[in-house]
Amino acid sequence: MEVNQYLEVFIDESKEHLQAINENLLLLEKSPDDLAIVNEIFRSAHTLKGMSATMGYEDLANLTHKMENVLDAIRNHKLHVTAEILDVVFSSIDDLEAMVQDIAAGGAGKRDVTDIVDKLLKIENGETVHADSSAQTEAAPSVSPSSAVKYDEFEYTVIQQSKEQGFTCFEVEVELRADCVLKAARVFMVFEVLEKCGEVIKSTPSTEELESEQFDERFVVTLITQEAANDIESKVKKVSEVERVAVSEFVAQPLDTGEAAKEVAAASAPAPAPTASVPKKAEKQEEPKPGKQAAVSNKTIRVNIERLDILMNLFEELVIDRGRLEQISGELNNPELNETVERMSRISGDLQTIILNMRMVPVETVFNRFPRMVRQLARDLNKKINLEIIGAETELDRTVIDEIGDPLVHLIRNAIDHGIEMPEERRAKGKREEGTVKLKAYHSGNHVFIEIEDDGAGINKHKVLDKALAKGVVTEEQAASMTDNQIYELILASGFSTADTISDISGRGVGLDVVKTTIESLGGSISIEAAEGAGSTFLIQLPLTLSIISVMLVEVEQEKYAIPLSSIIETAIVKKEDVFNAHTQQVIDFRGKIVPLVFLEKIFEVPKESQEDDFYSIVIVRKGDKMAGLVVDSFIGQQEVVLKSLGNYLSNVFAISGATILGDGQVALIVDCNALIK
Amino acid sequence: MSEIAAPSMIKVIAFQLMDKEYAFPVHQVQGIEKLIHITRVPGTVPFIKGVINLRGVVTPIIDLRNRFNLPEKEYDEQTRIIIASCDDIEVGLVVDSANDVLDIPKSIIEPQPDVVGAVEAEYITGVAKLEKRLLILLNLERVFK
Repeated sequence: MEVNQYLEVFIDESKEHLQAINENLLLLEKSPDDLAIVNEIFRSAHTLKGMSATMGYEDLANLTHKMENVLDAIRNHKLHVTAEILDVVFSSIDDLEAMVQDIAAGGAGKRDVTDIVDKLLKIENGETVHADSSAQTEAAPSVSPSSAVKYDEFEYTVIQQSKEQGFTCFEVEVELRADCVLKAARVFMVFEVLEKCGEVIKSTPSTEELESEQFDERFVVTLITQEAANDIESKVKKVSEVERVAVSEFVAQPLDTGEAAKEVAAASAPAPAPTASVPKKAEKQEEPKPGKQAAVSNKTIRVNIERLDILMNLFEELVIDRGRLEQISGELNNPELNETVERMSRISGDLQTIILNMRMVPVETVFNRFPRMVRQLARDLNKKINLEIIGAETELDRTVIDEIGDPLVHLIRNAIDHGIEMPEERRAKGKREEGTVKLKAYHSGNHVFIEIEDDGAGINKHKVLDKALAKGVVTEEQAASMTDNQIYELILASGFSTADTISDISGRGVGLDVVKTTIESLGGSISIEAAEGAGSTFLIQLPLTLSIISVMLVEVEQEKYAIPLSSIIETAIVKKEDVFNAHTQQVIDFRGKIVPLVFLEKIFEVPKESQEDDFYSIVIVRKGDKMAGLVVDSFIGQQEVVLKSLGNYLSNVFAISGATILGDGQVALIVDCNALIK
Repeated sequence: MSEIAAPSMIKVIAFQLMDKEYAFPVHQVQGIEKLIHITRVPGTVPFIKGVINLRGVVTPIIDLRNRFNLPEKEYDEQTRIIIASCDDIEVGLVVDSANDVLDIPKSIIEPQPDVVGAVEAEYITGVAKLEKRLLILLNLERVFK
């Protein structure tokens, strides 16, 4: 079977299912008696098993199957949900994730899972040894007395389930003639015949060995079918050079004795199914329905982000042409033409909104990995933590989503490790033992805000200041004039870590300054509010999209540059005599503050042509609390532009963060103000 | 012998720089554009002329004359930008004119003679003599560096 084309779908869906299992397991931990959740998990696991078996990832299917057995035992009230069981299930999910990752990376999805399989089997058997359980029956390798073929559990389950659905399982023994020349070809023909009759689930020797003719004249094929043994026999015999065909029914006989055996004996059917798996099957048939309904109500297709980028690029070209058309129709002043162009403008406006919206993804995709992480951290640190997520449906541009994950992980780790106190400490302070971490996302204007709030120890102002002074992050003079919030923000400065001991959760010294840098590189900002003893809040402000930004277009000689509006405070025109010289640096007095001037024509080595006049046009920009005045020749105006990268070839151009295409089709460079302010 | 491009043939694009003809394999060519406005990018090496808007994609431009240390020349009607790609990088090359696309037998490609001109040998994979024309074959990867 050609599976490559399904591989992408398989990987995506596997990830979704694993995520669903993760989420539901967390829910299950909170309400261990809710069987609906177990069913939900079981359904995901079952689908995953089926998919991976179809795709030929045996290890994946095998581990999922073992996990499913444990879930099944829980579902059938044979096991009680405990933290230990969940730990094992979680770690098997980790393994599954690793395998899927491996497959996504082009690997074979193989992984040594014996350890975890053992654990799963122990759990499964731990409580089910005495009762007759489907799990135990399945776990017992079963060999039919009539056959030398050995089946593993997975195949065994398939056989049993198909029997319950009215299929029969045959072992077809085929012997080729000794003088047969093209054995592999005959085998292929036999398989073709058999596959028309039903489903081949196993062959002995394996198909690979058969294909490479590594067998004598004889091989056995296990077939699930609804046809009669005689028919199959005669059909296979029609293949030439087949010496002998023997079709025998495979009877699955559970090996366990005791109660189960009695029930087996009581049932006179030739293929007795263990009683425990009957309700299981009934449930299974009911289960797919709600799943299918959910799928129908939410139709989506997957589109590669690159295609959306191309669509966007083409659309921008259209917008540029639209501008020209509008200009031409304005000049010609033909009412019909005007009307058509106006209509087109409106339609393309709508189109633009749709294209931009297509790139929006709910922050849920980032947030949904946190509950699991918080649980693990809380267990590792012996803390009690409740994670609240609010506004997971808030949408952000895909490009922002991709970048924001790591900083958030960092901040949440920080909140849990340094923020939330140990339970005893919390009790002593009169707080609830369980600490709360709130993760909140919401839209406001053209920005998205993400808040990470904890009700932990807050930030000790003096400790931060002392440390900052000791590390030389600030000087005594600076420290004296700092506000509380400015002091808190020191923990985001590079070379700063407040934890007394370095743990591997956070506080590796690289810490929060990385967060700050990442967020600023996304065009966002981060601020901190804290009250000692009552907790702290990290507020992240992000642009809705990275692909469209508001800029101020300026002219320097003949060249046009774009300065992001987010870093502009205001523009000013200053007389030359108002410029002072502070040592070698030219500065101006701007509303009582000394602001250094940066001459763009010098920084960007613009070829000089025009005469200097008596005034400087200045754009005041800021980076944090620092300001600078960019000297330009003239202001053109404010505009929304589409941000483009300069490509791989021109990475790391000083003080240029990207480019954009203007209405006339020319490229204008975007000034990186952060690089111009030290 | 027939002119069918057998594996022993190589299809190249030939272009003019000063009085010499250069060439590189045609599969590295994305397109040939007439000269359009080039936006200068400050703080780059001199041979990078800037960037252009190539149907919505910002594409860097290398002036090959400058790259090969040849005297500069005003751009004119004949000036072309050959969009070339190599290792995921797409770059436009400014050339005096784009001549044509040719099949040349691999057998006639010879290593560069000791003295060929001002161009440094590191960009050159070989030369091919084709009737009266001498084609200098370029290694784009090295040109981009």
